[in-house]
Amino acid sequence: MRGMSKIVRTITNILYSFIIIFGFYIIMHGHLTPGGGFQGGAVVASAFALLVVSYGALKIKDMLKAKNFSVSECSGLLAFIGLGFLGIGTVFFYNFLAGKGGLFGNVIYGINPGDLNTAGVLPLMNIAVGIEVLSGLTLIILYMFNANNPKEEK
Amino acid sequence: MNFLILHAPILIIAIPLLAAFATLLISKISPKLRNIFVITVLSFVLFLVLLLAHQVYTSGMQVYVLGSNQTTVATPSGYSIPVRIMLTVDGASIFMAIITAIVSLVGAIYSLSFMKKYSGLDKYYTLLLLMSVGMFGMEFTGDMFNLFVFLEILSISSCALVAFWTHKGEPSEAAFKYMVLSCIGALFVLFATALFYGQYNALNIAMIASRMKYSLLDKIALGLLVAVFAMKCGAVPMHMWTPDAYSKAPAPITAMLVVASQASLYALFRGVFTLYNVTLNCLTVGWIIIILGVLSMFIGVTMALPQHDVKRLMAYHAISQTGYMLLGIGVGLAVLGDTNALNSYGLMAMKGGLFHIINHAMYKGLLFLTAGAIFYVTGTRDLNKMGGLAHKMPLTAIFFMIGALSIAGMPPFNGFASKIMIYESVYKFNPVLSILAMVVSILTLASFVKVFHSAFMGPQLPEYKNVKEVPKSMLIGMGILSFMIILFGVFPDIVVNTIVAPAANALVNQGSYITKILGGA
Repeated sequence: MRGMSKIVRTITNILYSFIIIFGFYIIMHGHLTPGGGFQGGAVVASAFALLVVSYGALKIKDMLKAKNFSVSECSGLLAFIGLGFLGIGTVFFYNFLAGKGGLFGNVIYGINPGDLNTAGVLPLMNIAVGIEVLSGLTLIILYMFNANNPKEEK
Repeated sequence: MNFLILHAPILIIAIPLLAAFATLLISKISPKLRNIFVITVLSFVLFLVLLLAHQVYTSGMQVYVLGSNQTTVATPSGYSIPVRIMLTVDGASIFMAIITAIVSLVGAIYSLSFMKKYSGLDKYYTLLLLMSVGMFGMEFTGDMFNLFVFLEILSISSCALVAFWTHKGEPSEAAFKYMVLSCIGALFVLFATALFYGQYNALNIAMIASRMKYSLLDKIALGLLVAVFAMKCGAVPMHMWTPDAYSKAPAPITAMLVVASQASLYALFRGVFTLYNVTLNCLTVGWIIIILGVLSMFIGVTMALPQHDVKRLMAYHAISQTGYMLLGIGVGLAVLGDTNALNSYGLMAMKGGLFHIINHAMYKGLLFLTAGAIFYVTGTRDLNKMGGLAHKMPLTAIFFMIGALSIAGMPPFNGFASKIMIYESVYKFNPVLSILAMVVSILTLASFVKVFHSAFMGPQLPEYKNVKEVPKSMLIGMGILSFMIILFGVFPDIVVNTIVAPAANALVNQGSYITKILGGA
């Protein structure tokens, strides 16, 4: 598949980094605001989709490698289930960080401006899901555009 | 050890799940390491299942509550109703889990050589592990919604595995058919769950069961559940996906698909016995299940007789054997309200049906694996093109004979033990059904004599002059199942008393299931 016009490519250059940042914002605030790992991951994947569409599968295949995404997808899934296993001292998926203070364990009462350091393992799980979804969806896009078999492209 | 026993229900589900995704990473390092890893994980899961089984048989039903600090208390922190995700392991669940663990391990061992020459094996083993996660989840879950979730995990992973040989074309068609039916089926389950939730404000099976009123909506939900799970286990009016999916999937996956359909059978029994129990019109629903069973038995075997494709033939026999289980359990259900009849023959029929489940998983798994071995050396599934294989593959021939005699109900193999239990108890309920079951058994024998004759007997064919006995790992896989078949056939009373009777009692005694979870209320 060939790339699109210069206008589209220029706009993509400007936009895609912002889309990625917005996606990670949604992932990081998953436990505070609407959205979470899945939604944020989908937003990040849409930035990669934009790159693939505007530059074409041939040019993009050196930048977005399916193998790397496959590894990060597994890592995300493993991180998620691994976090479940870390709580098994009490029960599987126990929120062992909640209320312990530190980076993820602040306890907040009442109205607050949105303290990120709360909710124990939930933000970590959101990040794990985010990594899994962004790589999974990107993989699907890459396979759909046949980015791995450029020889078959005309 | 105590820690392992306490957390065994979740570990049995979570370890294969973790291993499934670790497999993808490990295969990038070395395929050999991955094979060792998969076998180790499944062996460990089998060990955990046996550990948990011992615990269940000695101290009764195990409950595991997720998300609270007290894992074994069903209603912790002051709640009067169970709101948390819960795993419940009673005799029936652990009975199915033993089958699942054994067949998954055998399937993985067999795959080591059988799938060696194909690519994409990292995904193959991932899906295989996910499939066992789905089955364990369906068997252990304590609420309706997670039943749906694990049903979906099971369906998706098994669809992907049925379509593993996509380049041949036909597997994709079979998988597509299976996928469409599974999706519709899963939505029916979701709808039934919604009907329960709307009426009783609960998803927990014990909670719904204790509040069951058998209203019109419950009848609709019952119809949906029976239809879906009968479809998923391949009972006759909804059997059209079974021959395709079974014959097109790789052989070890077919052996696992047999267990997957039995997990659906378990869900059907769990629904009928634990959710509804005596509130429903036992005689009517029992007869519906009996009729489904008789139809499956008879149509399955008559469709199997003219087949030339060895795996397709076995798939029709799988439908036919499912009929026996439905017949046994259906008779048990039909007399559920009548204590005298239940004790004199109903419970025996249920034990026969349940015993047939584990026997079927063993011998049908073995038969599919031998069919895979034949396919491995000849490259064809067409019986007309085979012949004289016993000269070169004596062990496979012996394994096939064990499986074939067992499915036909010949002593001293396990098929005989469970079939005689079904014949005897069903005869007291209705002699005609029992005679039909025997006729089907004779037809099964006839059909397998044909297969044995055309595949293994006769002079050596020139095109198979250079075939060799299949590799070791395939022989080990088949050997384990043959060993179990002979063991169960020689000591049926021990097996029935230790693992089958608790399963039958767990299904019949709805009251103790509810009491264990909801307390004395």
